[in-house]
Amino acid sequence: MIDPMLPAVYKVVRVSQDLPDTATLDLAPASNSKLPACQPGQFNMLYALGQGEVAISISGDTDEADCVRHTVRAVGSVTRAVAGMKLGDQLGLRGPFGRAWPLNRMQGKDIVLMAGGLGLAPLRSVIYHLLNHRDAYGRITLFYGTRTPQDRLYAAEFTLWQQRGDLETGITVDSAGRDWHGHVGVVTTLLEGSGFDGNNTIALICGPEIMMRFSAAELIKQGVQPGNIYVSMERNMKCAVGFCGHCQYGPYFVCKNGPVFALPQVAHLFRIREV
Amino acid sequence: MTSSHADQAADQTNLPAQSFRIDRSGLDRLFAVLKDHDYTLVGPTVRDCAIVYDELTGTQDLPVGKGDRQEAGTYQLVDREDAALFGYNLGPHSWKKYLFPPRQKLWQAKLTDTGLTFSEADQATSPKYAFIGVRACELHAIQIQDKVFSDDDHRDPHYCRIRERAFIVAVNCSQAAATCFCTSMNTGPAVSAGFDIALTEVIVFDAHYFIAQAGSPSGEAMLGLITQCPAEFTDVQAAAQCVANASAQMKRQLDTTDIQNLLYRNADNSRWEEIAQRCLSCANCTMVCPTCFCSSVEDTTDLTGSHAERWRRWDSCFTLDFSYLHGGSVRSSTEARYRQWMTHKLASWIDQFGASGCVGCGRCITWCPVGIDITEEVRLMRENDSAGNSNTQRSDL
Amino acid sequence: MKSIADLLHDHPFFAGLSPAHINLLAGCGKNIHFDTGNFLMKEGENANTFYVIRSGKVVVEAYTPGFGHQIVTQVDHHGVVGYSWLFPPYRVAFDVRAIEPVSAVQLDGKCLRSKTESDHELGYQLMRRFAQVMLQRLQATRLQMLDVYRKGS
Repeated sequence: MIDPMLPAVYKVVRVSQDLPDTATLDLAPASNSKLPACQPGQFNMLYALGQGEVAISISGDTDEADCVRHTVRAVGSVTRAVAGMKLGDQLGLRGPFGRAWPLNRMQGKDIVLMAGGLGLAPLRSVIYHLLNHRDAYGRITLFYGTRTPQDRLYAAEFTLWQQRGDLETGITVDSAGRDWHGHVGVVTTLLEGSGFDGNNTIALICGPEIMMRFSAAELIKQGVQPGNIYVSMERNMKCAVGFCGHCQYGPYFVCKNGPVFALPQVAHLFRIREV
Repeated sequence: MTSSHADQAADQTNLPAQSFRIDRSGLDRLFAVLKDHDYTLVGPTVRDCAIVYDELTGTQDLPVGKGDRQEAGTYQLVDREDAALFGYNLGPHSWKKYLFPPRQKLWQAKLTDTGLTFSEADQATSPKYAFIGVRACELHAIQIQDKVFSDDDHRDPHYCRIRERAFIVAVNCSQAAATCFCTSMNTGPAVSAGFDIALTEVIVFDAHYFIAQAGSPSGEAMLGLITQCPAEFTDVQAAAQCVANASAQMKRQLDTTDIQNLLYRNADNSRWEEIAQRCLSCANCTMVCPTCFCSSVEDTTDLTGSHAERWRRWDSCFTLDFSYLHGGSVRSSTEARYRQWMTHKLASWIDQFGASGCVGCGRCITWCPVGIDITEEVRLMRENDSAGNSNTQRSDL
Repeated sequence: MKSIADLLHDHPFFAGLSPAHINLLAGCGKNIHFDTGNFLMKEGENANTFYVIRSGKVVVEAYTPGFGHQIVTQVDHHGVVGYSWLFPPYRVAFDVRAIEPVSAVQLDGKCLRSKTESDHELGYQLMRRFAQVMLQRLQATRLQMLDVYRKGS
């Protein structure tokens, strides 16, 4: 019987520093065995020897067969260890886990992606998928909000997206200095006057929970059906397979019933404190 | 045994209907036969002024002539007037102590010149247990944990290995503790399924015997090795009466009517704050509860940093950092943590696993140092139900 | 005992409003009390109430799991709280919680909207006052946002 708690050995095949405290790692199985198939919205448990494990969303192109990409921000001892890894380093990996973004449902629809802060990382794998299969989707819009211009994740890549003709983008920051010529204000302000057809739109939101709550409310105001809004939730995780009980959110295990949820599943939980 | 009773018993249990009568020496023979088959006997024994589960060498290790008196926040070992072997109800231990041990090594890792490797913890010492004296509520609790640790997507091999090899000698209850409420949860007092052998201890006047029934092919085989003596109809009746006595003695009740909606809609009820003023978040309830399954992992390394291990240990939703996220705990108040435990146990569990997480064993009531009573809290929540009631006069959706 | 109209008249928000208009508003109002810790309104609810705080203090806050609640501003007996009833979709945007025992006049949103529709002078007088409070709050919020106390600025 396979032990779902036993990691496989992966090696770092590429590292890039996104921000002073955030790095993106491309990982491949050390034994050259086949990479398990994964979907945008899923996550892996990354293990740094002796430090511990952490749940990190997949942030790369899931159509890619050779490696899996993760963006890690150093906020504690485990993430610091993982984010500090170098080319050739080995680590443990378990996964992929979790319910993915609803790509099948999204076909033929207009898509709105709302990303807040580090939430752009899990949504980037959706962007890659949508652009790889561009004809299957209608209008695609990406709205990204973060603290300041210096905190922009994937800034160079975002500029490339801005230049594409088949993708609409909007970016905003909460506050900025005079070098910034872009929008300033919370990310929900990008929705105003964006003129999208709420009825034919499926929206994916990822970011801090307050940002997701307010974005959902604004999307509904713009005519998007609650059942067509998806969020990505986060809770403390130890096992990722529904055994340890830590990630429970109301009746849901974020590791198995999520992290992606349709808004009607969690709207009532949004209103309960400390749940 | 008359044929009509045999039919009736067969209808009730869907098993070989044959009941046997054995005495204490028969039980000794059963223990010996189990040991011959390499089972480690574990069951009730007296230690530290309580009846706990530990290894048994023979029937002499059972709590002979001992009973328990339990109430909210109280447990007392008492002397019985007879020499009953199973004349108690439940102690602080449950069978999860063996199936889901408090500390379990999951794997070890090694970093050498050739790279990193992970290897499973040594399985050779995986034990083969015979559980002696498993109550009906406990059988249900085991089945509940079976669902937790082996579902459609993932199975816990540590749990499954021990579970598959376990031999269960269940025992019907002949008395109910004041804290028992298995009848409310439909989990007892009679055992119904999931055992290898079921015993009912009968003590009437000078007679002291056991009615034994097989619940599985291996149970049947074991019984076949120790007895050929079928029970008389009157013996079986006496055994049934013992179980009926236990049912009748049960005082506490938990009304499970629409309990999911009751607890889901009362997340903001002021009752939680009132409970929190008493609750110490000591986690006793989760440790003694036979279905609580929460765990955490410990990652350790040696001084060289090239050998690491991962251990699993029991955890409790009552601990402050259980829900740690982004620099703080999601459930930082005792109120939120008690609400999480009770709502999970009685309501969310049904959504997650198709049945209640509570088996009515009453341990959480007995072992709570301040005597919080889950049956009472359900009753008070119904009385204080906020369907239509709001303590702040806000307008709701 | 003071009438609702008296209570409104005493409150600085309605200073300068004619007695006739105050009486109209009083028709939408009732006296209400909140214990410390109770919520006047919660994010996501139907927004249908406007509170004129007579005594005590409330905080406007948002809740994040892990960080807990973060206070954005507070309102005391000089102020009023609750504006989401003014415009659709009439959804409360932030939690409002009493941090002291609070006495307030609770004005019903639907009632206020209907009265201001039929009496535009009343509507104008109210909107002037609302706009002034909102401008003050907006300017204060912008200053808060600038994070002027951050190190090295």
